[in-house]
Amino acid sequence: MAADIKKLRASNRQAGRKKSGTAAAFVFLAVLGAFMVFPIYLTLVMSVKPVEELFVFPPKLYAIRPTLDNFRDMFVAVRRNRVPFSRYLFNSVFVTVSVTAAQCVFSSMAAFVLAKCRFPGSRVINGVIVASLLYQSSVIYIMLYMVMARLHMIDTPLALILPAAASPLGVFLMRQSVSQLPDAMLDAAKVDGAGLFRICWQIVIPNQKPAFMTVMIFAFQSAWNIQGGSVILHEQYKTLPAAVMQVSSSGMARAGAVMAASVFMLIPPVIVFILAQRSVIETMAHSGISE
Amino acid sequence: MKKKKRLRRTFREIRKNWACYAMLAPFMIFFILFTVIPVVMSLPVAFTDFNMAQKPEFVGLSNFRTLFLSDKVFMGSVRVTIVFALLTGPVSYVLCFLLAWLINGMPRRLRTFFTLIFYIPSLASVYTVWQLIFSGDMNGYLNAFLIDLGVINSPVQWLTDGRYVLGVTIAVQLWISLGAGFLALRAGFQNIDPALYEAGAIEGMQNRRQELIYIVIPSMGPQLMFAAVMQIVSSFTAGTIAQNLVGFPSTDYKAHTIMTHAYDYGWVRYEMGYASAICMMLFIAMFILSRLIAKGIRRITE
Repeated sequence: MAADIKKLRASNRQAGRKKSGTAAAFVFLAVLGAFMVFPIYLTLVMSVKPVEELFVFPPKLYAIRPTLDNFRDMFVAVRRNRVPFSRYLFNSVFVTVSVTAAQCVFSSMAAFVLAKCRFPGSRVINGVIVASLLYQSSVIYIMLYMVMARLHMIDTPLALILPAAASPLGVFLMRQSVSQLPDAMLDAAKVDGAGLFRICWQIVIPNQKPAFMTVMIFAFQSAWNIQGGSVILHEQYKTLPAAVMQVSSSGMARAGAVMAASVFMLIPPVIVFILAQRSVIETMAHSGISE
Repeated sequence: MKKKKRLRRTFREIRKNWACYAMLAPFMIFFILFTVIPVVMSLPVAFTDFNMAQKPEFVGLSNFRTLFLSDKVFMGSVRVTIVFALLTGPVSYVLCFLLAWLINGMPRRLRTFFTLIFYIPSLASVYTVWQLIFSGDMNGYLNAFLIDLGVINSPVQWLTDGRYVLGVTIAVQLWISLGAGFLALRAGFQNIDPALYEAGAIEGMQNRRQELIYIVIPSMGPQLMFAAVMQIVSSFTAGTIAQNLVGFPSTDYKAHTIMTHAYDYGWVRYEMGYASAICMMLFIAMFILSRLIAKGIRRITE
């Protein structure tokens, strides 16, 4: 704590700012931050609360005798669906890995070409991608379902993976970042006789680690939360979020198990984000839409 | 003749750049199949009567006439969406900006810490915990807290009382709304050349407010626009949160957004034509708004 305060003072002197302002900002952030974290904190607490403490009045903000029963309970509650818990976990990991890999590879190549090559149609495609940032949501869900039905993808694992494989947001972020690269670097490679494919994977992408990591994080995050909703009916193809939803609809007595499941859902993306947050901030610096 | 020549030249260009198309292909195939085609398809379907089982039947503007003239629930949902978007969109946008700005003034380790804290809620869909907070009995955290303080003396039905459901969904939406836009603004601040601040200090800038108006905002136009687009999308298309929290349909349709209305017709009643018409209205509204905001941002940053 003392070290942090010292650093605060140093950074302020550097910018020539008043001490009081930074202190006020810190207090403001801390208070608002506490509000933001409170539900997360509560999720953690509830996940280790034994059942008999759930109905104590007034509800406590801590667990008197913390237990891991809820986590065991979660496995049991899910197992009742005739499909073992490990199956949901496997599905989720499988979907997340394939979607993330596909998005990273596809977005990198597309972004490189769109940022650095001029060819008939490139401007139109760029425009369509920016415009589709507005669309990347449930507005088109119904038509998407119909396309998938036509392709006979409903109720197969492909229905979870393929629609998420191309992300306009990923291409957009990557493109903004790649276009900052000096053309001279690419020209040198071209003179050496390297093809576009090799330039992309041996020169451009290794130089774009932050952008690549950002696309990866966003892909991971969205893929990990894929639920499948109405496109997956077979129990053995459902993912972890779908299983969590099923547990959570079984009422208050299961609250502990639901919270345990939430913690389970939250941990992987948080770890990935912490590991990569520097890269993300670096990439997002180029994320602007300029017209 | 001239036209033919140009066409031939374009063909030659395409052949010369085949490698570009090849590298673009994997993305474009999935993008066209699962984004472009659904978007384009929803246009004609909005003018038909279509239940997924039979062939769509062209009905002209009838869907839109029903929508505006006789669907009272739709008109209600427009009002709810506007209130919802007006409260969550700008508030969350300003909050993103303010927080990004304040965090940027912190030392490095604290910056990382605060960024994570404000971003966590949008990382995964863990809002089920709000069900416990807003729970209608005495065991709900909010009720217990308010009873303890003596503000109320009997539990309030936060999730089922028509007076509160919209407020509750707005609060939760605000909680999860610091997403990609927030990160973009965070980065935008970090990206500003420190020399600009020094120059500002020499020019006689006294406080942070002046810094903000004369240095920060003018150099962050593109990030401001990106964050605005993200904010518009999330505040206009929110609906699943409401559905999961306050039930579907919500009490007296008080938290019934356009998105939930489309869900109702699309997935519950299988009236795809009508649902597409609803979605089309939503998209037009989002598109117009994003244009207006682009104009506004250009004005303040130039």
